[in-house]
Amino acid sequence: MATFSSTIRVPQAGQDGGGTPPPVRGGGGDGDRGDGYPDYGQRLRRVRVGLAIGLTSVTMIFVSLTSAYIVRRGLPTFDDHTRTYIQDWIPVQLPLTLLLINTALLAFSSLTAELARRQITRQAALAPVRSIPGVSLGHESGFPWLSVTVVLGLGFLSGQWVAWRELADRGFYLATSASSSFVYLLTAVHGVHLIGGVLVLLYAAVVSLLHKPIEGRRIVVDVTAWYWHFMFVLWLWIFALMWFVR
Amino acid sequence: MVAQDAHAHAGPQGFIRKYVFSLDHKVIGLQYYFLALVAVFVGMFLSLLMRIHMIWPTAMLPLVGEIKPETYLQLLTMHGTIMVFFVLTTAPQSGFGNYFLPIQIGAPDMAFPVLNMLSFWTTFVAFVVMLAAFFVTGGAPLHGWTGYAPLSALTNSGPGEQLGADLWITSIAIFCIASLMGALNFITTILDLRAKGMTMMRMPLTCWAWFITAILGLLAFGVLLSAGILLLLDRNLGTSFYVPLVVVNGQVMGHKGGSPLLWQHLFWFFGHPEVYIAILPGMGVASQLLSTFARKPIFGYKAMVYALMSIGVLGFVVWGHHMFMSGMSPYSAFAFSIMTMAIGVPSAIKTFNWLGTLYKAKIRFQTPMLYAIGFVSLFVSGGLSGPFLAQPVLDIPLHDTAFVVGHFHLIMGVAAIFGMFAGTYYWFPKMFGRMMNESLGRIHFVITLIGTYSIFMPMHYLGMAGQPRRYSQFTELAYLQHLMPLNRFITYAAIVTIAAQFIFVINLFWSMFKGPKASDNPWEATTLEWTTATPPPHDNFGGHTPVVYHGPYEYSVPGAAKDYVMQTDPAGVTAH
Repeated sequence: MATFSSTIRVPQAGQDGGGTPPPVRGGGGDGDRGDGYPDYGQRLRRVRVGLAIGLTSVTMIFVSLTSAYIVRRGLPTFDDHTRTYIQDWIPVQLPLTLLLINTALLAFSSLTAELARRQITRQAALAPVRSIPGVSLGHESGFPWLSVTVVLGLGFLSGQWVAWRELADRGFYLATSASSSFVYLLTAVHGVHLIGGVLVLLYAAVVSLLHKPIEGRRIVVDVTAWYWHFMFVLWLWIFALMWFVR
Repeated sequence: MVAQDAHAHAGPQGFIRKYVFSLDHKVIGLQYYFLALVAVFVGMFLSLLMRIHMIWPTAMLPLVGEIKPETYLQLLTMHGTIMVFFVLTTAPQSGFGNYFLPIQIGAPDMAFPVLNMLSFWTTFVAFVVMLAAFFVTGGAPLHGWTGYAPLSALTNSGPGEQLGADLWITSIAIFCIASLMGALNFITTILDLRAKGMTMMRMPLTCWAWFITAILGLLAFGVLLSAGILLLLDRNLGTSFYVPLVVVNGQVMGHKGGSPLLWQHLFWFFGHPEVYIAILPGMGVASQLLSTFARKPIFGYKAMVYALMSIGVLGFVVWGHHMFMSGMSPYSAFAFSIMTMAIGVPSAIKTFNWLGTLYKAKIRFQTPMLYAIGFVSLFVSGGLSGPFLAQPVLDIPLHDTAFVVGHFHLIMGVAAIFGMFAGTYYWFPKMFGRMMNESLGRIHFVITLIGTYSIFMPMHYLGMAGQPRRYSQFTELAYLQHLMPLNRFITYAAIVTIAAQFIFVINLFWSMFKGPKASDNPWEATTLEWTTATPPPHDNFGGHTPVVYHGPYEYSVPGAAKDYVMQTDPAGVTAH
């Protein structure tokens, strides 16, 4: 064939190996084994991938807020009285001790979330063994790390609320200055994300009462723990921004 | 998050679970498609009112009565917003992508079916909230689809800027959340659910386009969301992110120190990738169709993939070219200008490869192919005015004229719409099991192609002659009198083109019920959706998972029995 199509066909065939059998690696599965029994390993991986992608968009939200923070901070504004350009950014007097206590609470909750994650991973791994009649693995310590995490998380959120009250007492309201607007906004958006994490952990706790397969609950706890770690790092970022870029 | 029954072989039977709150990606895809179809007619009707008002300014029009200047701006705002968000972002990506992405990569469904359902219904709520803006006191907002502050950030800056503007921003914020959920689902599906043998470089270019588009959406919509939150705070809680010390109607507002440019930066950081979110899926469809109907492999598959990637990357560093008018530093403007013109390189690669695919091919000129060629034509025509506008020295005189209106309608509006038409005519047999009427399709194509060129090409001349955009009336301006015949011509062309769209709608619904039955592979195409039944069963492949042996465009392979080799054909090519 002297047509153009046949001449460009050749590299095309070499590029993806026309007729070659499918590679062993590359290409995913469809998430179940075809016998109706879900493959939890694959499902865990899928939900983790989903979480990483979701956190990318959360990151973008905070990247844009950070850039708005820095741009707005540097803006000169026209002052009607002096007829000149001035800086209107008032550094917020943050309640530092309180925020450090909050940070410690969140750091501890991140730690307990990790312990909860490892605990349920171990339980899920041993579940098939445990279900064999007559096999006993001894008593597994059932310390409620998940509940501790939720309590610490709620403690952090309450601490943030107290910090807001403290800011208001010091005269910094939402619309006082662009700086205080950003402080309220950043902490609020972070708090909303953390509330989402608390709700998912509560859901995992409720599911544990329903005698569903532990693997499903393990996936929920696993990704929420990772989400929780991310929220901790995000808080460090916000705190550093508010404190060092006053 | 992963529903058990989405993977079962028999789908749910109840009406609500099957058609309304369905977890099936195919039903959700159709829901998105029909949402966009309703939206496009709303948006088109608004544009018709604007065009009629331009040449008969005193005419009483249906539903709106006499058009005052502010009414015109409300129509303009809602036309742009509805078209960009609920048509160009919704149908090509969420509509066709939802339906065909899982099938084309050999998956039984999207990665997270419940999330998928949620993202559709969230989009639906956003659309209802957007339309509600028409019906509140003061009506729809008038700040344009770009929502520039301080006009958009003050509640007393004009009619429609009270509750209407709040609804507008709320709708956009809801839409952002829906799009983020959708993007998450698309990316996870492509990364984790490909069938055995479906490597990334064996994916059809449609999948690549949906993939890159999802990444753009993932990175861009979060920024718009936070920009929208700041705007809502400025409007309702007295903060000053965007509003400087400003006097409105003699009243000093409480804001001080904010910067309207901050909104522009945040908005266009989203807004420019949004342009590619609208057009990339169309590029994917065009590549798919050109190869299929030219019966040739796509010219330079890898180059096409890398071109898509580089368009995606460059799309994030050019937002400043929308702001040359804002008093930007010439150095920044220069950098943005260079980056913008750099996008011409991957765009030219794509165009060259499309033409290379067509070169010396035995082309089957069926309706889907006509639209794919039309897409390439519009992409070139609309794209060529891009390098003009990318240069600050040319953009400054042209920016606020009809030239820009012509430019972005050709490249982003009509080209993307042609991608949708191509996709509709191409995939209709798979979606509904019947063929669309070929004669009506051709008539629709000819009128639409000539019509859209007649509408938007002359706008370039109007712009160069100095006709400003966003003005509601030209009849009173002496220096524009000699342009009125051209304006009248555009309006007549718009009326004819809009009327011709009813041919499409009639064809669509008539063929759905009365069209001739379609075979499983009516176009003799190679990708996975054509290996399964028509319409596809609930789990897409009727209980088995496909295995992929070939790239997506194995047409006219020497030595093969037929002139196409299915991706799932294990024998395939005998001779290299």
